[in-house]
Amino acid sequence: MKLGDLTELASRNLREAVLRNSLTTMGISVGVASLVALLSLGVGLQQLVDRSVARAGLFDTLSVRSRQSAPFGQPGGGRRNPRDGQEFEPPRPLDDAARKEIAALPNVVEVNPEVRFTAEARHDPISQLVMVAGMAASSQNSGTLDGLTGHFFSNPDAEEAIVQGDLGKRLVDAGQSPNSLVGQEITLRFAQRQALPPPSQQAPTDAPNQAVGPDEEAMGFSIVPSEKKFTVVGVTPTSEAGGQVGFNNAGIYLPLSVAEKLQVVQQGDLRDMSRSSVAQGTRYAALNVRATSPAAVAQIETSVSHMGFAAFSLIDVTRNLRTFFAIFDMFLGIFGSLALAVASLGIINTLVMAILERRREIGVLKALGASDRDVRKLFFAEAGVMGLAGGVFGVLLGWAIGRAIQFATMIYLKRQGMNPPNIWSVPWWLVLGAIAFAVVVSLASGIYPASRAARLDPVEALRYE
Amino acid sequence: MTSNGFAIRAERVSRQYRMGEAVIRAVNEISLDVGAGEFLALLGASGSGKSTLLNLMAGLDRPSAGAILALGRDLAAMSSEELAAHRNRTVGMVFQSFQLLTRMTLEENVELPLRLAEVPRGERPERVREALQRVGLSARTKHRPTELSGGEQQRAAIARALVNQPQILLADEPTGNLDSKTGEEIMSLIAGIHRPPSGPGRTIIMVTHERQLAERYADRIVTLSDGAISREERLR
Repeated sequence: MKLGDLTELASRNLREAVLRNSLTTMGISVGVASLVALLSLGVGLQQLVDRSVARAGLFDTLSVRSRQSAPFGQPGGGRRNPRDGQEFEPPRPLDDAARKEIAALPNVVEVNPEVRFTAEARHDPISQLVMVAGMAASSQNSGTLDGLTGHFFSNPDAEEAIVQGDLGKRLVDAGQSPNSLVGQEITLRFAQRQALPPPSQQAPTDAPNQAVGPDEEAMGFSIVPSEKKFTVVGVTPTSEAGGQVGFNNAGIYLPLSVAEKLQVVQQGDLRDMSRSSVAQGTRYAALNVRATSPAAVAQIETSVSHMGFAAFSLIDVTRNLRTFFAIFDMFLGIFGSLALAVASLGIINTLVMAILERRREIGVLKALGASDRDVRKLFFAEAGVMGLAGGVFGVLLGWAIGRAIQFATMIYLKRQGMNPPNIWSVPWWLVLGAIAFAVVVSLASGIYPASRAARLDPVEALRYE
Repeated sequence: MTSNGFAIRAERVSRQYRMGEAVIRAVNEISLDVGAGEFLALLGASGSGKSTLLNLMAGLDRPSAGAILALGRDLAAMSSEELAAHRNRTVGMVFQSFQLLTRMTLEENVELPLRLAEVPRGERPERVREALQRVGLSARTKHRPTELSGGEQQRAAIARALVNQPQILLADEPTGNLDSKTGEEIMSLIAGIHRPPSGPGRTIIMVTHERQLAERYADRIVTLSDGAISREERLR
């Protein structure tokens, strides 16, 4: 029998026992709905995490540092055997030349120095020790500044600051809102490098241990305290944790080029001074490299490593995160499928009942020329039609349940004073996959009844009243 | 297509059933030839084995021993699919209790063998209409079997049996559930199918226990008793 005839006869048969078949189909719908609802939650949560990490620039960014890290004697330092010769090769400095070379790599969007330092923030009469970070214009839309009161830096060279809300609370009088800082000035006090003049211009000294490097031009620097005033143009919302949290966060953000010009003493400056291979020009503690896409990060990471630098990205961390979500989704799927498994028992029951009721009909069909295979296919088609209808209704039901849960979650989170995220997502692959799964489960459930119907002896079946 | 002029040939056919410890010999080494175009009546008391023999000829059942050849082909050697095709195209069956599907209309009932034969959809309505017209039910195509009289239902069953134009019509007590007047009408219809005014006739094998009907319409009467042929009479 052709597929069109099979489907037509199957649909017709299902319409005959409309109540029983509708209840069975509803059972499948509930199973599919629970599957869709749970998996949508898993997918939604995964997308929420992906969005947050991507917006914070963690997926498409890698941090590059010089390999001259820990000294021998410190944990992790001097791991290589000095006898292998490699230890005596001077590590490549992270300087302007390296920055240009990295910027020229394919799929690199921008290379910015990482400027982070500790400073004292003063808003008279209150002062607070704080972490200050330079922020590139490209970070404006990252999640760091979500809910900002005020505005982003007016230009890359503006002497402006954005204050983290929790720090702002400490810099204002009790009872005042941290947002009142917008438009006011704060003073930053920090340790600044000041280059020393060449030896010819220095006063003679009798010090026996005067450091003399191989390069006479690189004479080092002195460290002096320095102060600078900044106008607060923005305040970020206070966080639940009550302080700065998360990767790359700081208490105060300055425009990156302004922060660079402050010549603040960076971590590693003293170590660099103590080495013989002192380079000329600007030296960077770290460079943040932004790629065109997360997919390009691994390739850039390899290239940077070949250039002689240490590169670190969160790709490995996110891989683990994806593994976690894959397992999480699998368990949600298993729980969701339990309802469908129960529904499959309903299908078996319905079809077995149908065989008993339609015993004579099966006999007539065989007498008219239906083969065992035709009868089997007919019952399969009935199971498949129930699965298809149950799958479609189940997806709609699951979607409706999801919307209801999303709505309830939004109301709850708003009452808790939190920004409600979208934790619900029903992608196309889930819609089609759930329907296909329902059909497959239904067909599997139909195997036993269909085989039983096909095996019926037509002579016996025709005698059945 | 016949084998030596025979539509059906039974060669020492037996059919046994086990009922607990007992073995029931429903058909016991029957040999019988049915000529092409012949009208054969199988007569006998209940349990004589006539319906079992008819089911074996229809390919609804397989013999325990012996062979049945339909148009020269051994049914016992056929696969399940081939046997289904034999039931669909070589023979048409008419039952005592009509065996129409009550949830379908007459035209849907008559269309069923065409669906199973995978006849193109476009051809079906005309063939259904012709079959129903032949049995005088053109006006009842949209009716369900429960809305018809017994005679009309049997006529619809005959239309269904003939819609695929089989060469052999097997009828199992076609008048058994009908009053005598309606039974006569049905027998006239079957006789018309056997020898139509125009076109080729068909081989008819009819099971009955009404000797009078058999004598009036059949070419030959074979009487069965305890699963074996007890008497054979050629009438025409």
